[in-house]
Amino acid sequence: MDAILLQILNGIDKGSAYALIALGLTLIFGTLGVVNFAHGALFMVGAFVAVTVGKVLEISKITLDPTKTDFLGNPAKIKTPYVTEWFGDFGLWMIEWSVLVSVIVGIPIMILIGIIMERGLIKHFYNRPHADQILVTFGLAIVLQEVIKAVYGANPIPQSAPELLKGSVDFGVMVGMAENSVIYPLWRLVYFCFSAILIGGVFAFLRFTTFGMVVRAGMADRETVGLLGINIDKRFTIMFGVAAAVAGLAGVMYTPINPPNYHMGMDFLVLSFVVVVVGGMGSLPGAVAAGFLLGILESFASMPLIKDAIAAIGLPSIDQIIIYLVAVIVLLVRPRGLMGKAGMMED
Amino acid sequence: MSKLIMNRRGLLKTGAAVGAGMAMPTILTAASHAGYTNAPTNGTVTLGFNVPQTGPYADEGADELRAYMLAVKHLNGEGDGGMMNTFSSKELKGNGILGNKVEYVTGDTQTKSDAARASAQSMIQKDGAVMITGGSSSGVAIAVQGLCQEAGVIFMAGLTHSNDTTGKDKKANGFRHFFNGYMSAAALAPVLADMYGTDRTAYHLTADYTWGWTQQESIQAATEAKGWQTAANVLTPLTTTDFSSYVAPVLNSGADVLVLNHYGGNMINSLTSAVQFGLRDKMVNGKNFEIVVPLYSRLMASGAGENVKGIFGSTNWHWSLQDEASIAFVQSFGQEYGFPPSQAAHTVYCQTLLYADACERAGTHNPCGVAEALEGFKFSGLGNGDVEYRAEDHQCFKDVLVVKGKENPTSEFDLLEVVQVTPRAQVEYAVDHPMFAGGALGACNPGS
Repeated sequence: MDAILLQILNGIDKGSAYALIALGLTLIFGTLGVVNFAHGALFMVGAFVAVTVGKVLEISKITLDPTKTDFLGNPAKIKTPYVTEWFGDFGLWMIEWSVLVSVIVGIPIMILIGIIMERGLIKHFYNRPHADQILVTFGLAIVLQEVIKAVYGANPIPQSAPELLKGSVDFGVMVGMAENSVIYPLWRLVYFCFSAILIGGVFAFLRFTTFGMVVRAGMADRETVGLLGINIDKRFTIMFGVAAAVAGLAGVMYTPINPPNYHMGMDFLVLSFVVVVVGGMGSLPGAVAAGFLLGILESFASMPLIKDAIAAIGLPSIDQIIIYLVAVIVLLVRPRGLMGKAGMMED
Repeated sequence: MSKLIMNRRGLLKTGAAVGAGMAMPTILTAASHAGYTNAPTNGTVTLGFNVPQTGPYADEGADELRAYMLAVKHLNGEGDGGMMNTFSSKELKGNGILGNKVEYVTGDTQTKSDAARASAQSMIQKDGAVMITGGSSSGVAIAVQGLCQEAGVIFMAGLTHSNDTTGKDKKANGFRHFFNGYMSAAALAPVLADMYGTDRTAYHLTADYTWGWTQQESIQAATEAKGWQTAANVLTPLTTTDFSSYVAPVLNSGADVLVLNHYGGNMINSLTSAVQFGLRDKMVNGKNFEIVVPLYSRLMASGAGENVKGIFGSTNWHWSLQDEASIAFVQSFGQEYGFPPSQAAHTVYCQTLLYADACERAGTHNPCGVAEALEGFKFSGLGNGDVEYRAEDHQCFKDVLVVKGKENPTSEFDLLEVVQVTPRAQVEYAVDHPMFAGGALGACNPGS
């Protein structure tokens, strides 16, 4: 029971990242009709916004300590971050909570990047076939990751969670189980809560604001909304920025989970597309539901018990392909995905 | 019907033409003349440095490339000479190799076997490389070693730690200076038994490819010989990025040690997950839960950050060693690039000097002459004590370092501390050891 609960928790946590990226993908596809293969790169760029903020906060005044030497025998360099000199304890707090600072800084940066990407490149491909859109956005993703690699190198760069949110919690005790039966990292729970809030926020924004209502109307019938004199293109551009911010914030918050590297966007991209397809093209609730569902299935497929059982019947391990297997089955049974609508990419 | 009449002048003309025709292949290709692939011409010799320049190991590849360029500089008589000054063999004079100026070409392995073979092939066929060296993965090393054997050039392996490289996949044209999984285990197990006791149960997470399998097999055998038990060995796909679902069941498995048979990005992510799950803070079976990383590198330690603190592993070489050769290399590399070299940089620098020295001693670049000079070669002064290139499998035998993640690093490079220099005798094994069985060195191939 404890192993199952642990894998459910783990799957929900993995699913959080899938759901956030898939949500952004679906928003872009639903509004602009663009298949955006650069969306994983936006997740990666978000993570490197956090890396950059961390590095900026740690820009230091360097003094030489003649009592110590470096590896070449020269006087050792002592680094004192400027923010601690200027702001004292608040400076230390900013360094400690740099992930939170990155979330705040990351929102406008990612919206701006999204808008520049849409206005500068993607808008020129609205009336082109999906294959062209895929090629140009995939190319953009490669360019972005190579730029990041050129600046930050290929080695992952570790980012710490704030001390208060490091370590693990005994989740089993919280739900009345034995001590130490279900231990789970605190930051991963934070990530799940953050994702839930962000997803809820996007849905609330679309559901309860006038702007969101117009966007939803535009997603349903773009021409009619345009005939009413509403500049739907402008709103859709903003939605591209919002989708970029969602992916970017998912990346920012992911940095304490796995040290970010330039390739992390590609690692998530393909899985997120599968999530979108399984959820149903253009369906926001479908993308979120499929993200969590596939995350949980992937976790269960990695359990030693399941791996042993599969090996016992002479089959290879399925932990890396479970998502694709499920996608095949879902699409065979429901060709439009779990919550797909008629007419999406069916022309 | 005509009658052939051959006068003296005609005979001379025909003889000259036939003679010139027969001599033509050897005039046009020095390789044919020399009897081996890519013999040096015009006073230069070309070496092929095949390292990951893109992909996840690009930083390690960049460090290897720096060390290669430094070695070339030293071989050509530039710079401070580095470990050429401390090397026990005194054949290298700073005048290139056999009087030929050393030039180099580079290839990008991308840490993919097919890409690595293609780039090695290109360097041999198009650029005339007489020796190929480099790499940051055992899969790549084994693939390129096979290609070099077929092409008739020497392969001086870079960072490759699988037992198979000089075990079942060994080749007569291939040589490995780096240590292997067996040696890591033989060095590490006694230290682990001393530190954590002999009544331990280990849970292995293992990268699902040649290096992971042989590393796991080695460390399991060595720790079980010390009394440990093995709870499980779970194979993880090489492409895994989030190891949480593999780490989550560990605490409830009855194990009190987690062994991460992972390297590079896999190790960084699996160790980060294990620390996040609080494994190191837990008591299991009345003992502190421990994590072990059998193969460490400084670049990996840097990627894993503070998670490496206090965690044991092994390494081929470390810049903090205080022998004369290591100091000379660190000074030379540090002054050139501004930071200390990694173990990958050290091993490829050594391989370049060893190849050059073997050519000098053999008096030729012919792979078979070079191989003969390397086989059974005993040397010192390259930072690992007294070393021997064993003739039977082309594996270098030398001291192995047991290291631990440093608790209080003083700089961004000061991440590992050397706990023990394990003497070579403790990590040696028989040529016919079962973990290395199944292959044959075969005959040296000089190409054509």
